[in-house]
Amino acid sequence: MSHSKAATIFNKDEKKVNWHDKALWFVRHKRDISAHTVKGWEELRSLGQGIKAHTLSNLDTYLIQFEKNALNNGVQVHWAKDGDEHNKIVRRILKEHHAKKVVKSKSMLTEECHLNPFLEAEGIEIIDTDLGERIVQLAKEPPSHIVLPAIHKTKEEVDELFQEHLGTKPSGGDPQYLTGEARKHLRQKFIEADVAITGVNFAIAETGGFVVCTNEGNADMGAHLAPVHIACMGIEKLIPKQEHLGVFLRLLARSATGQHITTYSSHFKRPQKGNEMHIIIVDNGRTEQLSRPDFRSSLHCIRCGACMNTCPIYRRSGGHSYDATIPGPIGSILSPGKDLKEHSSLPFASTLCGSCSDVCPVKIDIHAQLYKWRQIITKETPQPFVKKFSMKIMGSIFSKPKQFEQVGKIARWSLRNLPKGMINSKPNVWGKERDLPLGPKESFDEWFKNRKKDGQ
Amino acid sequence: MKVGLFIPCYINQLYPQVGKATLELLERLNVEVAYPSGQTCCGQPMANSGYEYESVGACNNFVDNFKEFDYIVMPSGSCAYHVKKHFDVIPQTDDVVKVRENVYELCDFILNVLKVKNVGASFPYKVGLHKSCHGLRGLRLGSCSEMVTEEYSYIGALLEEVSGTEIIELTREDECCGFGGTFAVTEEAISVKMGKDRIQDHLDNGAEVITATDTSCLMHLEGLVTRNKQPLKILHIAEILNSVGDQKLKK
Repeated sequence: MSHSKAATIFNKDEKKVNWHDKALWFVRHKRDISAHTVKGWEELRSLGQGIKAHTLSNLDTYLIQFEKNALNNGVQVHWAKDGDEHNKIVRRILKEHHAKKVVKSKSMLTEECHLNPFLEAEGIEIIDTDLGERIVQLAKEPPSHIVLPAIHKTKEEVDELFQEHLGTKPSGGDPQYLTGEARKHLRQKFIEADVAITGVNFAIAETGGFVVCTNEGNADMGAHLAPVHIACMGIEKLIPKQEHLGVFLRLLARSATGQHITTYSSHFKRPQKGNEMHIIIVDNGRTEQLSRPDFRSSLHCIRCGACMNTCPIYRRSGGHSYDATIPGPIGSILSPGKDLKEHSSLPFASTLCGSCSDVCPVKIDIHAQLYKWRQIITKETPQPFVKKFSMKIMGSIFSKPKQFEQVGKIARWSLRNLPKGMINSKPNVWGKERDLPLGPKESFDEWFKNRKKDGQ
Repeated sequence: MKVGLFIPCYINQLYPQVGKATLELLERLNVEVAYPSGQTCCGQPMANSGYEYESVGACNNFVDNFKEFDYIVMPSGSCAYHVKKHFDVIPQTDDVVKVRENVYELCDFILNVLKVKNVGASFPYKVGLHKSCHGLRGLRLGSCSEMVTEEYSYIGALLEEVSGTEIIELTREDECCGFGGTFAVTEEAISVKMGKDRIQDHLDNGAEVITATDTSCLMHLEGLVTRNKQPLKILHIAEILNSVGDQKLKK
């Protein structure tokens, strides 16, 4: 389904749209307050952008350096060219340990690789331990936001979901009670787990270590209790030096939620004695995106979600309308690189207002890339005849002033003289909820000519 | 100083009063303005829809009409931004480069080229200033709420000097109105919702008039206001800045 169709459905419940919009605007506002307390915020963004650009243009070197250091630390390193290879590596590690129960902290990469259904088909229990992730997992839905995965759900909906799956009592959506129950439920899962999977926020080439950021401490709970820790990362998660964390951790927390620092920034370097630590480094289309100069910088993304919170379209269409692992503005420039035809409506789900680019902590020119994807999509994917034809006609009219004048005359006459019911009939989508201006008798051109004649 | 006036296609055909106000305002400020008669459109409608290649004729026509001028002034931030940002779809001849460098949105031109702040207008109403996105985040006609910079607004600076005008504060100072060119039709539901929300913000904060640098945003908002019979008047910034003498709003 195209974004506009899904968004139209989402908009049938205006109250919910208002609530969704306000909830995310609140986060954007918190981010503003937080960013404004940092002296040199714009310089920090430039620094973040610069470090990412440098890393990506030397990615081969840094990846090898990272692997070497991680191996020296006693970590096992695996390379996966796509999601399928990634999932198979995870399965192999689980098999080696006869693992049946897995806990996982938030990782958009494993979402992208569809790891959960893959392992579930093998009879393995995989539990998402981030509260929001657990909520959408119970609801059998994908996350609708990369930082706030269950932002589309009200607390009353969560209440019902927990009653059904966790056997909680009806509480009318009492957040304290519900989180308390989730905590009990998840504690048990942490204790029973054979393997813990985490994502990676930053991998440091010079040390071979990596950092995972969570607000719930669930990555630590999983990784410290289970004998095996598997960390999954895209190749773009690399930064050259430990000291660069000072730039990115500050940018990430503030941009994501307005916090000064994420509650847990957990640094992992080597396995505990007797335990195993694995890192899976995944490409899955990233090198292809890296090869496109216009879209390369989309790989700077540190997954803060600020572009979603600020996007007036995202806030009013909900994450699921994008039908992609990463929704919102950043997803709309990443997804077409994976499957142009499937995601061809996404770059058009924008007014090109540019707020996403200005809010982005690593200065990705998101709206400019949306514009560029549009140019590619109209050439490389099938387009409705009417759209193509009307653009051709418009292009031709605007290159010939005489024609422009005549067409303008007809249009103005029609707006003035045709009955409203006819003007706002079905083919005129504009007229469904909006009036068109009354066509003036005289265009500016005509007025100007007469004015000159009158010698004014 | 040779100044050429560009009147965007939809203003020319549907809102000639905005063109008139722009021309009269510039003349009142003693600018000798030429209006080349062969002009049509900046090419943006096709380009933003993904058909940049269909906009080449319009771009060339624009350059042919305006290559002789020192300044090209227009009552639109969006068209000015399009010429500056996207005219690389045609070969970068000297004429093209010159045209792109010399394009100005009207308020930017008055404040920063003419160095005039008080245009001698009088408009005793509560005005909500809608900061059209392409002018704001494209041309940086003002500070943007996302960025940590000093606060300023070219349009606000001119409006502040208008006698009797009270600029109201908005809850969301620079959110998009949802027009977005063909977006207004292809994403109709979201576009309408965004427009309704923007209007409500102005109403909630006591605006009698909504103004902006771009008639495209205003056409969308006006369409909603008219359909829903809301007590708001929609005027382009040029119409306010050109208000001299007693002004009575026709509601």
